[in-house]
Amino acid sequence: MIPRYQTVLFVILLVVSVVMGGVLWRLRERAHDRLVHGQDSVPTQAPLVAPSEQATLLVANDTDNSLLPQTLSLPLPESPGARAHAVLGKLLELYAMPNAVHPVPGGPASIAQVFLLPVPPGDSAANAQAKGEPYTGPELAVVNLTGAFAASHPSGLETETLTVLSICATLHANLPRITQVRFLVDGQPRATLAGHADLTRTYLAADTAPTEGSHP
Amino acid sequence: MSHPWRGSVAVRVESLFAAALIALSLTIPAVAQAPPAPSARFVVVLDAAHGGNDAGGTLASQDGNSQPEKAYTLALSVRLRSLLAARGIYVVTTRESDATIDNDTRSATANHANARACLSLHASESGSGIHLFVSSLPPTEPTRLNPWKTAQAAWITRSLALAGMVNSALTHAGMTVTLGRTALPVIDSMTCPAVAVEVAPEITSGNAQPTDVADTGYQTRVAEALAAAIVEWRSDSRAEGTLP
Repeated sequence: MIPRYQTVLFVILLVVSVVMGGVLWRLRERAHDRLVHGQDSVPTQAPLVAPSEQATLLVANDTDNSLLPQTLSLPLPESPGARAHAVLGKLLELYAMPNAVHPVPGGPASIAQVFLLPVPPGDSAANAQAKGEPYTGPELAVVNLTGAFAASHPSGLETETLTVLSICATLHANLPRITQVRFLVDGQPRATLAGHADLTRTYLAADTAPTEGSHP
Repeated sequence: MSHPWRGSVAVRVESLFAAALIALSLTIPAVAQAPPAPSARFVVVLDAAHGGNDAGGTLASQDGNSQPEKAYTLALSVRLRSLLAARGIYVVTTRESDATIDNDTRSATANHANARACLSLHASESGSGIHLFVSSLPPTEPTRLNPWKTAQAAWITRSLALAGMVNSALTHAGMTVTLGRTALPVIDSMTCPAVAVEVAPEITSGNAQPTDVADTGYQTRVAEALAAAIVEWRSDSRAEGTLP
């Protein structure tokens, strides 16, 4: 036979368990309400909209193997890396349009990243960083293209050369401190863009910038 | 009387010397030999681009058929070789079949041939007419040993002259020609006047449809114009006194 004190203890524990379960259920409901309320909250900061600026794109033309400067008004971020990414995205957007004179599929998403590195890396950049000053010397741009872009790029000496040179010349036209350009595809070095244009070398951006309407 | 350890020391010294030589040879970058003295024979090198595992681009035609770039360049190379041989010009080709040949081997073939002209043959569906390209390396003075990857730098002036000659011949044959500079490893390592020739569809006035790259008549006209340019180039070489 169960002693009386054990029965009383069992009843008390059962009541406490039910009460605790109720409290936990209520806490869960309140946490859920807070979460939903947070998601519906209005933004605390206005989204950043870069002001529109004039950008010069060196647009390739397959018909006469030329690079033609084209000035457009684009929202350009302050950061040089983001600015380089934006102008190259617009350039490739032009190439992906239906009646492009240098048709290349892909569009802005073909530029994965653009990294800017000091040239030569080392002393001057390190000194500027130590003094807390921004680096103002020449820079190397590393353009990381997507594998899909390289795979879908038309194969040919002229078309591949024009793509590479127009990227280099557009970078130099909008960010004159970029003096050298290197290319990666999906973060890896690659021999050629689509079987012809050499992607292993460092391109001197100033040499690729043509005078108006000239041939590269 | 000789000490017994002298022999082993000598062997060790020789081994060290040999090891040092091997290490030194590994640290020296690849070089192309200095331009040798021009030979009496006028040699032309034809490089049919791509081949084997490297098909190059795809050339579609209006009749729905398509062929890889490697097949077209080989056919053009064979046709041009025949035309040049018929004119008494000695031709060296980098490939005669559908074989995989790397760029260094192609350049080495051209450099060993001591060629007076090197043509790298390509084809593309992009653009129109004939695209002529010379290496984008900055011109330099020839030296005894040229870095392999920039060996063409010493020949840029002659390559530009050859491109001008080819341009004239193609234009005279009624074709549209564009000239440009490019970074193409196979010609960047050549120690000869070198031009990359890319054949693209021909757009003629009054004809809505462009002529396919694969069109036999078009290919023949291109080959004949290139052969005429090489013959003119040989005549110029004779006039300059670099050929007997």
